[in-house]
Amino acid sequence: MNKLKLLSGKINFGSTLALTILVGIWSIPTIGLLITSLRLRSEAEISPWWDGFFNPLETVWSLEAYQNSLESGMLDSLVNTIAVTVPATILPLMIAANAAYAFTFLNFKGKELFFAILVGLMVIPLQSALIPVLKGMVWFQKTFDIPLTGTYASAWVVHSAFALPLAIYILRNYMLSLPTSLIEAARVDGASYYQIFWRLVLPMSIPAIASFAIFQFLWVWNDYLIAFIFVGEQKSVMTYRLLRMLGQYGEGWQDVAAGSFISLVVPLIVFFALQRYFVRGLTAGAVK
Amino acid sequence: MGDIIFGIVAIVIGVVASYGLYWLLNFLISLLPRKISEKLNVLAFLTPALVLLIIVSIVPLIQTAVWSLMEIKGKRSEWVGFQNYTELFTDPNFLGILLNNFLWILFVPAITVTIGTLVAQLSNNVGPKREKIFKSLIFMPMSISFVAASTIWAYLYAYSPPGRPVIGLAQQLIETAGVAEPFPILQIDDFRLNSFLLMAVVVWLQVGYSMVIISAAIKAVPEETIEAARIDGAGPFQVFGRIILPQVWGSIMAVFVTVLILVMKIFDIILAMTRGNFNTSVLAFEWYKRYFENSDTGSASAVVMVLVILITPLVWLQIRTVKHQEMLR
Repeated sequence: MNKLKLLSGKINFGSTLALTILVGIWSIPTIGLLITSLRLRSEAEISPWWDGFFNPLETVWSLEAYQNSLESGMLDSLVNTIAVTVPATILPLMIAANAAYAFTFLNFKGKELFFAILVGLMVIPLQSALIPVLKGMVWFQKTFDIPLTGTYASAWVVHSAFALPLAIYILRNYMLSLPTSLIEAARVDGASYYQIFWRLVLPMSIPAIASFAIFQFLWVWNDYLIAFIFVGEQKSVMTYRLLRMLGQYGEGWQDVAAGSFISLVVPLIVFFALQRYFVRGLTAGAVK
Repeated sequence: MGDIIFGIVAIVIGVVASYGLYWLLNFLISLLPRKISEKLNVLAFLTPALVLLIIVSIVPLIQTAVWSLMEIKGKRSEWVGFQNYTELFTDPNFLGILLNNFLWILFVPAITVTIGTLVAQLSNNVGPKREKIFKSLIFMPMSISFVAASTIWAYLYAYSPPGRPVIGLAQQLIETAGVAEPFPILQIDDFRLNSFLLMAVVVWLQVGYSMVIISAAIKAVPEETIEAARIDGAGPFQVFGRIILPQVWGSIMAVFVTVLILVMKIFDIILAMTRGNFNTSVLAFEWYKRYFENSDTGSASAVVMVLVILITPLVWLQIRTVKHQEMLR
């Protein structure tokens, strides 16, 4: 028994050491950029960031780069990103919850086939649909004179559609675990399917809805492609602006670095505050 | 300020309108005679999702397939059969792109899953407090966008020409290792080295995901089976290889497939770091370039159809896995 304990003590030490090294390697890229974002341009240009890391006292720390970055448009982009992300998180959840309810508690013809198509759509790359959707929107706005491209709304619709297969899949899996006896009892008492959904099933599905909401929020917040195609330059989101900044190093690395961290703040807060729910959502079968 | 107010109003209207839509659908169906409304009930819940999927996913997919057989120049378009495809497969550049995709598929999922399993297993041994810290730090990149991750890594790979102070860590390491002449490492395509540098970014982002799923599976392994093996004299490596690994293999494969699907569609990182130059392009980026830079709808559609065809076996695999899970219910 003693030997076993000794052995497990060794494993413990070895594991901690190995993990410390690994976590160190994993953190270096982020630390490097974080330090750069906090330095003056004059310094970031002539000395590498690890000088700041090893001599923190001799380095001049400053928030200048953050100020520059915010003033040169990052603040507008932050607002744009929020305006794209929040509805693009709520809408698909609403639509998916309704559809998942139908898939779980109602019987209809072709249910199996629909479901197979849904699972297939989780895998198909969204690029396969984007050009026709874009051209369709352009045609629509020419014909009816209603602007679509370059608005938030077009991004909401496209994000919602591509989120649906996975959202329906996850919510349906969760709803299958709800007690059917409760729903049958409500049926017997004369409640309509509509009432059962809003009063019973939706409130009981909140845990699954919350974990998918986090997932979708991060996905939309971090998306570049759909924002680039459907929102574009006029209301450029943060990923869009960051990519343009990265293309022109003239402004200096510290501004790009500060821009990156501004785009990271909200996801990191969401991530650390709600990590438990996020993990639960992922283990519930995320395939995206 | 105006934007913020507009945004909030839009959000409220959007949510209220979609609630109203479902209410209206239900109301309309409840007006019908009971026999019919019983049958149509399902439509009240399913219609918005179906409409959205059909007009934004399914019909466009078919349209893309059709366009891949056409040549479209401005307003003129004509059928050209498989010409777009034959052009692709006789173009050495495109074959190089396929090779890149193949390398991504071959290396990234396997490396991601291996490191993820390693971290999951190691963190199981260090006590709950340290486990939480280590795992959070490895998992953290999951919340970073591909574009921001590209910025982070582009800085790591940054190249300073001779005479200018070195600011990129990679270049510093190379110089410390004794290579006299520095070079922009993202431009070295010998053995596709630069593609591997891009792959590192995705591994960095995805290991957290693989660790979380595999760690959950390792924790679900019954303690008795491990204890029994220990009593029979198995060392830690034997316990892991013979007892734990077989029991979590299903989860490892699930992560493998998910990362595989992600890697096949990889795009943002290429765009942000090399714009497909120096032989680093992949299918999804080639699609972007051909449509948004060369405005060639026909050949862009053909490129994306190649991607769809390559991914189809995974669709089948996914449907089979889900069916299997359904049977276990």
